[in-house]
Amino acid sequence: MKAIIATTVLGVFMMFAGIAANNKKSIVAIAILLFAALFGVTIYELVDTPANSSQLLFNNMLQIEHSSLWFNMLMTGCTLLYVALMGKEIMKVGMHVAEYFALIFFILCGLYILTTYNNLLMLFIGIEILSIPQYILAGSDKRNLKSSEASLKYFLMGAFSTGILLMGITLLYGASSTFYIDKFGSILHYDNINPLAIAGMVFIMIALSFKVSAAPMHMWTPDVYDGSPTAFTAFMATVVKAGAFFAFLRLFHVSFNSLGQHWTLLLAVITAATLFVGNVTAVFQQSVKRMLAYSSIAQAGFMLFAILSVSSADASYGMRGIIFYGVAYSVATIGIFSVLIKLKDYTYDGFNGLAKSEPFLAFVSSIFLFSLAGIPLTGGFMAKFYVLTAVVKQGQLMWLVIFALLMAAISVYYYFRVIIAMYFKPGTPELNSPITTGDRILLAISCALVLLLGIYPQLFLESFGK
Amino acid sequence: MILVLLIIIPLLTGILSFAIKGEGARILALLSSGITLGAAAMVSGAGFAGNSTFSMPWIPSIGTTFSLLADGMSSMLCLLTGIVVLVVFLVNSNKEVERPGAFYGFMLLSQAGLMGVFLASDALLFYVFWELALIPVYFLCSQWGGEKRIAVTFKFFVYTFVGSLMLLAGLIFLSLQSPGIPSFAWADIIRAGRALPEVTQQWLFWLIFIAFAIKMPIFPFHSWQPDTYEQSPTPVTIILSALMVKMGMYAVLRWLLPVVPAGVAYWSDTVIIMSVIGIVYASCIAMVQTDIKRLIAYSSIAHMGLMCAVAFTKSSIGMHGIMVQMFNHGINITGMWVVVSMIENRWGTRDMTKLGGMAISAPKMAIAFVLVSLASIALPLTNGFIGEFMLFNGLFTGHMALMVIAGTGIILGAVYTLNMIQKTTYGNAVKMVIAKDLSINELAGLIIIICLVLFLGVYPKPLLDLTSGIAGMIVK
Repeated sequence: MKAIIATTVLGVFMMFAGIAANNKKSIVAIAILLFAALFGVTIYELVDTPANSSQLLFNNMLQIEHSSLWFNMLMTGCTLLYVALMGKEIMKVGMHVAEYFALIFFILCGLYILTTYNNLLMLFIGIEILSIPQYILAGSDKRNLKSSEASLKYFLMGAFSTGILLMGITLLYGASSTFYIDKFGSILHYDNINPLAIAGMVFIMIALSFKVSAAPMHMWTPDVYDGSPTAFTAFMATVVKAGAFFAFLRLFHVSFNSLGQHWTLLLAVITAATLFVGNVTAVFQQSVKRMLAYSSIAQAGFMLFAILSVSSADASYGMRGIIFYGVAYSVATIGIFSVLIKLKDYTYDGFNGLAKSEPFLAFVSSIFLFSLAGIPLTGGFMAKFYVLTAVVKQGQLMWLVIFALLMAAISVYYYFRVIIAMYFKPGTPELNSPITTGDRILLAISCALVLLLGIYPQLFLESFGK
Repeated sequence: MILVLLIIIPLLTGILSFAIKGEGARILALLSSGITLGAAAMVSGAGFAGNSTFSMPWIPSIGTTFSLLADGMSSMLCLLTGIVVLVVFLVNSNKEVERPGAFYGFMLLSQAGLMGVFLASDALLFYVFWELALIPVYFLCSQWGGEKRIAVTFKFFVYTFVGSLMLLAGLIFLSLQSPGIPSFAWADIIRAGRALPEVTQQWLFWLIFIAFAIKMPIFPFHSWQPDTYEQSPTPVTIILSALMVKMGMYAVLRWLLPVVPAGVAYWSDTVIIMSVIGIVYASCIAMVQTDIKRLIAYSSIAHMGLMCAVAFTKSSIGMHGIMVQMFNHGINITGMWVVVSMIENRWGTRDMTKLGGMAISAPKMAIAFVLVSLASIALPLTNGFIGEFMLFNGLFTGHMALMVIAGTGIILGAVYTLNMIQKTTYGNAVKMVIAKDLSINELAGLIIIICLVLFLGVYPKPLLDLTSGIAGMIVK
């Protein structure tokens, strides 16, 4: 609640700061300060709220739970890390630097609504607030045709999926006469369900699959991620996606967990397709940026695991899984993007010989890639571990677990190609700008976070109750 | 606490080593491996008296603890790891490597992983160390290996990684079987596994076994092995063949046989037949190799095949034999590789058809080579004999026909090994090279090996005593 207000106010403040300050550098500094302040607010709100409590606001439109606040805090932390790492690059994208940061504040506002909504209308509003700033950010590099293309594509596909979402909400309302997600459980019964409700549920699932880029609704992802300025791709592919996943999980956990029989198989097929398309297509990419776009689809497949698991009795693994995966994936991906953005050449060859010329960059990149590939002692491993455990516990989808693990083995191929290029191939990569000490410290922090997530995950889980 | 030291010392010195430029790394590595060996010897000494354990909380919410256990088998393998790594560092201590800091750093990290695998008594911890041992080896082979190293090592990595992931799925499944909160503790995993219905155990068996079969490697999962051994720098080949394959064998004994007994009973004939095919197949291929490194690689498949076959016979003397043979095979093959790397350095080739006359130009080296080769074909009074004898004894009960077929492996083994000795050591080379004989550090390394070969050949009792309790327990 406090965070929602704070991010809105700070966002507006940020826009005005753009008028007041003419110097781009000072705008970036202000932005970092404001994001740190927002991070402080989310921490305060988390500490201030007793564990296992839940609070209803605005005529029950929002329900604030401890896990939501925990997730908000972590995602805001990731955003702060992102802004600190990418600030200089955001500055280079275009003229309206302050507006870009303001839009990121608004995206976070949407994210906070998506983690606490208790009503389908709030879900809709949250998704819109989350998406519209992204359409702008995607097209922010106006001189670049690909960026404009990405923006238009994103907008059209986003509008289309929003239509489907609304259709689904309408159908559900028709079947149950309510928008409140905590009511569906008592109104819809598994054995005597109105077909309209099933149709509505499937429509919503499809719409949310668009947002999290699950196959076969993923077609927009590679073009949008590739076309957008790299600085913004890093944000869209991480924090925003994790937020959409949290909303997805929340709906299916609270409303539809007793109807698992009606949607588990469909979602399992979507998951398998996502894993397959993401991993197999990533293998054939020549550009690392495009590879990361497909890898984000592949990782989405693993995050879908958490949603699959909520139809079982014990959903705590799924909840933990999505929070943990969101953080581990975000930190590692933001890290690898912030290395990528320093390079002139985005192909694999652009990484050749990085270990010789910039050993520190090569080392941290390897840790981030290890994490994405799910090698033990990195956050990515524990994240995969949690979501896999959640599904094994659910009990009926062992085939999907094994399929996913085979796909994870494929992912090693394209992640390690970067490591091979950095360490084992000769060459001297060209850098856009020299690496400053500040960059090094921030990258070292991200790298330490990734390792800490893998070695002592308890730290990130104990703080919120069961 | 001393168990933790076994992991911590190589881990910390390994990390430290990356920071050191130049010669310091070599000295640090020698020092570290010496201290680790001392600690391992103390653990083994205590192993006669009973098990030592260590435990501290790690991630309680998923039921995993940082718990280590050293029984006879674990402490014996830790001792082997300590000896082999020290010998490797010793014989390489007068050789130049590129970027020694990174090289020794990776070596030590991989030692830490190996120690962890042999000591872990928590399934998730075991898995973490299993991977930790692999990653440094991947970097070692890819950076310091032969010409085709990148492709070959990548194949090796993907191969073993697929196996590991299957293992992970199996372990997660098992951990969730315990009532109430999940648990990864060894005892709970065993209890959970045994309580499973027979059909479940049957598919679970493969989920777990594939990882181990790839590591050992068992026919038909072996295709990564000869290439990787050939392309790796010899110190890494030693780590791979003397220690990492033991990881696979050890894991079968610790994490497979007791966990899914019904699955093992159902598939044991299949695995034994696969292993025996592997023995004969690898021996036949070894006979036509001209590259010494490849020859020894194939001979290793044959040796591991025999151990794996016996592991599935439920014979307690056979089981005991496996443990003794794990140690002896580790020692012998280290000796072989050490000499092979010297040959490669001095003659500049590994091709048997171009070698010869080692006995004239480097007599000490020739003696060492002959001794370890004889031990490797299990001549009586060498350490190989007692283990092989017990293995065949184990296979004999119940699988006589297969024993006879596997026995041809011994004969073929003598054929290719003696042929190799004959071609490299005696006679005349196509091109005569005046080679330097052993330097002092190489001599020291080989003396350790040869003393162990002879001592354990004549008096294997300490080794037998150390592991006697475990064999019976696994069969039960």
